[in-house]
Amino acid sequence: MLTANCPECETEIALEDGTIIGEIIVCPDCGVDLEVISLDPIELDLAPMEEEDWGE
Amino acid sequence: MRPKEKVGVLCSRVRIEEKYIFAVLEQRGIDYERLDERHIFFDMQDPRYYHQYDVILDRSISYTNGLNSLRVLNAWGIPTVNSLEVATICGDKLATTAALAAAGLPQPHTLVAFSTDSALDAIENIGYPVVIKPVVGSWGRLLAKVNDREAAEAVLEHKAKLGSVQHSVFYIQEYIPKPGRDIRAIVIGDKTVAAIYRKSDHWITNTARGGAGEPCPITPALDELSVKAAQAVGSGILAIDVLEHPERGYLVNEINHTMEFHTAMPTTGIDIPGLIVDHILKIAQEKREVIHD
Repeated sequence: MLTANCPECETEIALEDGTIIGEIIVCPDCGVDLEVISLDPIELDLAPMEEEDWGE
Repeated sequence: MRPKEKVGVLCSRVRIEEKYIFAVLEQRGIDYERLDERHIFFDMQDPRYYHQYDVILDRSISYTNGLNSLRVLNAWGIPTVNSLEVATICGDKLATTAALAAAGLPQPHTLVAFSTDSALDAIENIGYPVVIKPVVGSWGRLLAKVNDREAAEAVLEHKAKLGSVQHSVFYIQEYIPKPGRDIRAIVIGDKTVAAIYRKSDHWITNTARGGAGEPCPITPALDELSVKAAQAVGSGILAIDVLEHPERGYLVNEINHTMEFHTAMPTTGIDIPGLIVDHILKIAQEKREVIHD
């Protein structure tokens, strides 16, 4: 299983199999939304905040 | 032999729906590429790069970015799902209301006004409660159920003073006393492929706001209304949100053009991403036939 550290609180986060770039994961420790920027090497960044025109 | 169709998927944030769609594209060995609208650009004088795509599926979470991308791509003759026309109508509640009215389809009584005074007049013309919605917005964001004049005055003033100019387009609907649920019907092309009830104790039933899904039978009446509503906005891959009025029956509430189906798929067992891929490949093949024949 791939792991990475939360850029906000540095907790080690395990990424599920099948995780892909662009996916949003939630840090289990501090609860921040993180975007998967790259998989090799794994890079996580704070996800952009919801904008007014976001939706379906 | 012609090379296989090439598909582009316009998206930035990858939701579970995008993961499902990518999984189908990969399982079927379809040549596809993700186009992250945060990284791409369009050279308005040189469309060559984008002509490699036979179809582009818009899954953008940002209405503005998706709409403007479709504007460029459709101007270049590149087929998109949905089309610019569909996105223009569905992304704007007033445009949707106008299209449904032009098609003579049932919907909640809706009023629009451009000043707080005229909005108050409009509200008192139909009586309380009413629902005030932003014309552009999704996921149940910034909806206000207004039960009396004092609340109306407060909400209208807040929208006028605190919001962008777009929030001074006051879109007002009668409140429909729905039975703790609404219906989401998914229409692909000219077929209603799935429907669910979205149940909630809250008057906002969006699953993005915690509404739970239950299977909903696709009755002939629901099918007919859903397909007509899809056709009224230009047809494509669409989620039609329908309210059940105790006397007037089905009313079309809104139509979503980059629909989420994280609740509809497990609730109905229908392979919605598979049907989405079938539809976009059909559009791609139609384009290739026009070019090659």
